[in-house]
Amino acid sequence: MTTNITDNLKRIALAHGGGGQLTDELLNTSVLPRLNNEILGELLDSGILPKQNGRIALTIDGYVVQPIKFPGGDIGRIAISGTVNDLAVSGATPLGIALSFILAEGLERSVLEEISDSIAATAREAGVKIVTGDTKVVGRGQADGIYITTAGVGVVPDGRELHPNRVQAGDVILINGPIADHGLAVMLARELPQVQSALRSDVAPLNGLIATVLDATDGVVFMRDATRGGLAGVGADLAARTGWHVTLNESDIPIRSETMHAAEMLGLDPLDVANEGKVVVVARAEAAEKVLAAMRRHPLGGDAKVIGTVESERDGVCELHTAMGGRRIVQKPYGEQLPRIC
Amino acid sequence: MSEREIHGQAILQRLRSAAAELSRPVNFMEVCGTHTVSAFRTGLHSLTPANVKLLSGPGCPVCVTSQGDIDLFVGVASEPNVTLCTYGDMLRVPGASGNLEQARGRGAQVKVIYSTMDAVKLAAAEPERQVVLAAIGFETTTPPTAIAILEAQRLGLKNFSVLVSHKLVMPAIRALLDGGKVNLDGFMLPGHVSIIIGSDVYREIPEKYGLSCVVCGFEDIQMAEGLARLVELVRDGKRELVNLYPQAVTAGGNKGAQAVVDKVFEPADVGWRGVGVIPGSGLKLRPAYAAFDAMQRFGLKAVDVPEPAGCRCGEVITGLCTPVDCKLFGTVCTPINPIGPCMVSSEGTCQAWFKYNRGKGKSKVRNPKSESISNDEIQRGDARSLKRQDGEGVLA
Repeated sequence: MTTNITDNLKRIALAHGGGGQLTDELLNTSVLPRLNNEILGELLDSGILPKQNGRIALTIDGYVVQPIKFPGGDIGRIAISGTVNDLAVSGATPLGIALSFILAEGLERSVLEEISDSIAATAREAGVKIVTGDTKVVGRGQADGIYITTAGVGVVPDGRELHPNRVQAGDVILINGPIADHGLAVMLARELPQVQSALRSDVAPLNGLIATVLDATDGVVFMRDATRGGLAGVGADLAARTGWHVTLNESDIPIRSETMHAAEMLGLDPLDVANEGKVVVVARAEAAEKVLAAMRRHPLGGDAKVIGTVESERDGVCELHTAMGGRRIVQKPYGEQLPRIC
Repeated sequence: MSEREIHGQAILQRLRSAAAELSRPVNFMEVCGTHTVSAFRTGLHSLTPANVKLLSGPGCPVCVTSQGDIDLFVGVASEPNVTLCTYGDMLRVPGASGNLEQARGRGAQVKVIYSTMDAVKLAAAEPERQVVLAAIGFETTTPPTAIAILEAQRLGLKNFSVLVSHKLVMPAIRALLDGGKVNLDGFMLPGHVSIIIGSDVYREIPEKYGLSCVVCGFEDIQMAEGLARLVELVRDGKRELVNLYPQAVTAGGNKGAQAVVDKVFEPADVGWRGVGVIPGSGLKLRPAYAAFDAMQRFGLKAVDVPEPAGCRCGEVITGLCTPVDCKLFGTVCTPINPIGPCMVSSEGTCQAWFKYNRGKGKSKVRNPKSESISNDEIQRGDARSLKRQDGEGVLA
């Protein structure tokens, strides 16, 4: 008997997903005290948010990162940041998050508690509430320990229209800081854990920075967060979707030297690597200075730069002007990035 | 401009000046997948003068692995109780019965490794499984394979074996030059391989074949300098071996690494994809280490498998045609649905062309021997001037 109780206290069991008393106990002990707010605290079948003025934005993402903890963050931090950022780049003020845990039998409670702490801290940082949630448990070995899905709801004020249709020739492309930190930090942590490196994920909620930018000027026409597919994916998509020729200037794209070296060592192109704390902003040329100043005033935008231009050719191609003054096409990466052999 | 940028511009100016003084167009070949990709990624192709061509040779270890060898890997991986350890780039290369990724989907244990010691550790940790190392790559990866075998021997592992598919650079260069089909004025030589084998092994190129060659690194400025130097050497009528990577490459190379390889392996005649057997161009285990030969352990036989119809990877990797000359390129054969290994590998010539050079369009280069060709727009990857001479546009 003692063993069972101790086990239940230390590790997740299948019964914890049953929706019964064990589920209540798990949530009441390990999760709710960390995430709690007045809406979640009601523990009803839906979280009810106050009335809003404006259009409702809704987004969803699943988080399956391995390892679940990595330099600079963890799966909990990404789960909140990623969804907040999807709302923020759409011009929405994030209001509430619905959060689903899928836990593997055998996961240590302490891990669930650490992840919940991280979720809570990131939500506080973003000023957003987890208003409803769900917990399921699957068999040992499934779910790689823990999967999280978050849906986020926000409100877009009337009159704000961020859309690729608004992008015009002459518009300017900006980014808030150095690229490729997240993907490389996670890859090194997963594949080469014995390698010591200074790489840290950039995972962070960007809604504060984006709000500062949108308050400073009306000149922003479109934004994307440069997650999977990296800056290359954003650039190629922007060109393909708008039909304009898009130029990126390699010398202006910020990248930390340790990140560049890690990419070189593995034979990866930093433009293809995922970011979790970077927003690509497309703005009217006359608004560029204000966007830059607003980003640089914010802790997450100190290294913000203008990195490219929307040109007047209609070929739907994204092209990089290389550091040496040459040119080459930028395409969305195909899928899994595999380091080179020799 | 930063100091580095100023330096880069100065080198490009040297390249342009030297090219302007040439009496005829020139062709150089690089023989390293990393050079292939870097030449595109850095925009070097777009900056190379019209009368200078940098062709890709057989430098991608995945691309030169024969279809039959791929089938061996897939076959071994599909054996019960076997874990095949491989470098990631091999996962999607198509064999006659699918690729390793598909085999993994069917339940085969295929593990991507970054270091050969990962395979040894796995074998030590799981004595009831057979662990097979898919040993591919040029001389940069042969020492790690040799060291893994020595370590497995030291640990007395009975469940570790190796499918040897290594290739050697100099025999391939020799075979290319002896074949006489490619018109070349010099070679850009690989940086990493040369760290191991040293630069002296390349002396044969100027001394026997009368061609200049330059060892250089992979950064934009290093490759530009390599190309500039090659053009200058041709302009001046010189036939020399120049090491532009002395911070890493010595004349004799890494003797310790060479000794380890020599202890475990001896040269072998092996088949290269689309090229056939090149004497002494591969490795086989010495008798003392035959116990680690996966071919023997699993009773495998090397089979000659014909390449897929229409696939011109063999000609692409020997510089006889460019990717756009292959009918399958960009139509049936794309990175999403690759027919041949040149399109699968991230260092394959075809994937590099497709990714950085837009993908479609016809090169006018039928044979590098021809001098009246003007394919510089295609090679330079300049999107705005990607139009054929007959006026048709080149689209994605």
